[in-house]
Amino acid sequence: MTNTATKLAVSCRGVTKTYGTGTSAVQALRGVDLDVNAGELLMLVGPSGCGKTTLISVIAGILDQDEGDVHVFGHDMKHMGQRARTAYRGKSIGFVFQAYNLLPALTAAENVAVPLFILGVPRREAIERARAVLTSVGIGERAKSLPAQLSGGQQQRVAIARALIHEPKLIVCDEPTSALDQDTGHKIMEILRDVALAQDRALVIVTHDSRTFEFADRIARMNDGLIARVDASPGRPTS
Amino acid sequence: MNFVAIKMLIGDRAKYLGIIFGLTFASLLITQQMSIFVGLMTRTYSAVTDLGQPDIWVMDEKVQFIDDLKPLQSTELYRVRGVEGVQWAMPLYKGLLKARLSNGNFQTCNVFGLDDATLMGGPPEMIEGTLDDLRRSESVIVDINGAYGKLAKPSAIPGGKPEPLKVGDTLELNDHRAVVVGLCKVGRTFQSQPVVYTTFSRATTYAPRERKLLTFVLVRAKAGQDLNELCDRIQASTGLLAIPADEFKWNTVKYFMKYTGIPINFGMAVLLGFLVGIAIAGQTFYNFTIENLKQFGALKAMGTGNFTLLRMILLQALLVGTIGYGLGVGAASLFGLISRNSELAFRMPWQILAITAAAVTFICMVSALISIRKVIKLEPAIVFKS
Ligand SMILES: Nc1ncnc2c1ncn2[C@@H]1O[C@H](COP(=O)(O)OP(=O)(O)OP(=O)(O)O)[C@@H](O)[C@H]1O
Ligand SMILES: [Mg+2]
Repeated sequence: MTNTATKLAVSCRGVTKTYGTGTSAVQALRGVDLDVNAGELLMLVGPSGCGKTTLISVIAGILDQDEGDVHVFGHDMKHMGQRARTAYRGKSIGFVFQAYNLLPALTAAENVAVPLFILGVPRREAIERARAVLTSVGIGERAKSLPAQLSGGQQQRVAIARALIHEPKLIVCDEPTSALDQDTGHKIMEILRDVALAQDRALVIVTHDSRTFEFADRIARMNDGLIARVDASPGRPTS
Repeated sequence: MNFVAIKMLIGDRAKYLGIIFGLTFASLLITQQMSIFVGLMTRTYSAVTDLGQPDIWVMDEKVQFIDDLKPLQSTELYRVRGVEGVQWAMPLYKGLLKARLSNGNFQTCNVFGLDDATLMGGPPEMIEGTLDDLRRSESVIVDINGAYGKLAKPSAIPGGKPEPLKVGDTLELNDHRAVVVGLCKVGRTFQSQPVVYTTFSRATTYAPRERKLLTFVLVRAKAGQDLNELCDRIQASTGLLAIPADEFKWNTVKYFMKYTGIPINFGMAVLLGFLVGIAIAGQTFYNFTIENLKQFGALKAMGTGNFTLLRMILLQALLVGTIGYGLGVGAASLFGLISRNSELAFRMPWQILAITAAAVTFICMVSALISIRKVIKLEPAIVFKS
């Protein structure tokens, strides 16, 4: 528990999302209520297809919900307007995508520096900072490699470094440790955990990996488009 | 983000080279075809260019272009000379006469008859002999391309190289003996017939018996004389058509453009280059964007605005456009340089470069715009799809 736990980072109320129309319609979210506190690391677990990716997409402001309200640090993402929302994402949200989505033509350091480029940080300074973050995730020596020259786990660490570099307030991760061995996975979770502990920040991590549950403050279990329950982490006391 | 855009483009080497190839090909084809077209068109009036001295050409009012021969009464020369503002006026005979080669074949030649006294209107450049040699009896000057080409004598040995016509050789023009006293260089003509120079009076003896043998009257205006005014005066007092040399060139070009299929032909080739350019470059560029859609999606999710993405794609288009244009125009210039001494007409004024630049810009913009639409409409949520 942290002393900022009372402040809300994310709040979802009655969030629904349906893909497609008519007979092919799939209701991915059926009225999700979920709060994430500032300073908290929340894990989102559940069977495949239950709506985890859809939910974090809505929270991160890259997908519009059909109904319900989503607030991120008090901002109503849906009614923010396209431009403001894009700018807000660039400044305040970090992403670790399920498929890494690194730019194949950029080196590891350049990939990590992309959020800084977007914010207009000069190239040299951005790459310099990217090197430091790569070192902190343990692959500083691969800064000049292209993604194709890196293993899956290394690529995933580049992706994580990219999500951290601009010190966003909210980080959403889709399966960040799926390609990592236990030791590396642990190390990555520790880094992410440290970030979450910083004031006014929050992490939402989708995972299947029960070995990482101990790093969570709380674990939200999803089923068929709804949050079934929210548990305290096995390694931590209930909030 | 400009740096990211350029790296993305160059990183995909095969596509990058494909797009550049398309644009290079398009600009090469457009530039080269237009240059040949312009080259051919300048050839149509090369006789006017070669005859540099006169300011004004006077001719029958029905004449439409330089090879349109409608001779005048020889007395017209004196009427033109009488017009105020005329410094001098000289007769010019221009006609197509048959030359008989030593093997019995006939070759049509473009014969110019120059004023006997002044020899005004002679060839722009003498290679052998002098223009004054035309004062000798039966003398003619032949252009070097004709002498080495269509007027060359077949080799005595079967299968051997033809022997070029030399100074001292004779040929028969309409059954009249003519002695070659000089070789000259002239601008290549459109029909590329050999060009033969002689004096006006001798030309009239070569020419078939006709009542009128004065083809053009060449006029030099007095210094400070307004050419259009002078033309009007000549027209008023003689009833003949008088036009400045530059306008005569242009009339000739217009005639060829209007009455031959040449412009359509070249226009099609240029259009083809344009379409092929759009097809190859546009298609590859579009494919490039589509294949990178997930990357653009990631950039979008991470906070890159549509305006920035637009700028990135335009920058990519501009980069490949500039390189493709440079290579294409460079290749076309090289082509022009290599074919400089050949039969091929090739002229590349800056207007052609500007037109090609506009065409390539258009191709790039179209390619970029269809790609940009996709990126603008892109849902960033695709990035979480594996
Ligand atoms: N773009 C889409 N169009 C139509 N249906 C979709 C789309 N994206 C997701 N779905 C459907 O919505 C439901 C929830 O998908 P979602 O990707 O959120 O699941 P998930 O919990 O992330 O699954 P996984 O653990 O396999 O990644 C699924 O039934 C899926 O088939
Ligand atoms: Mg998922």
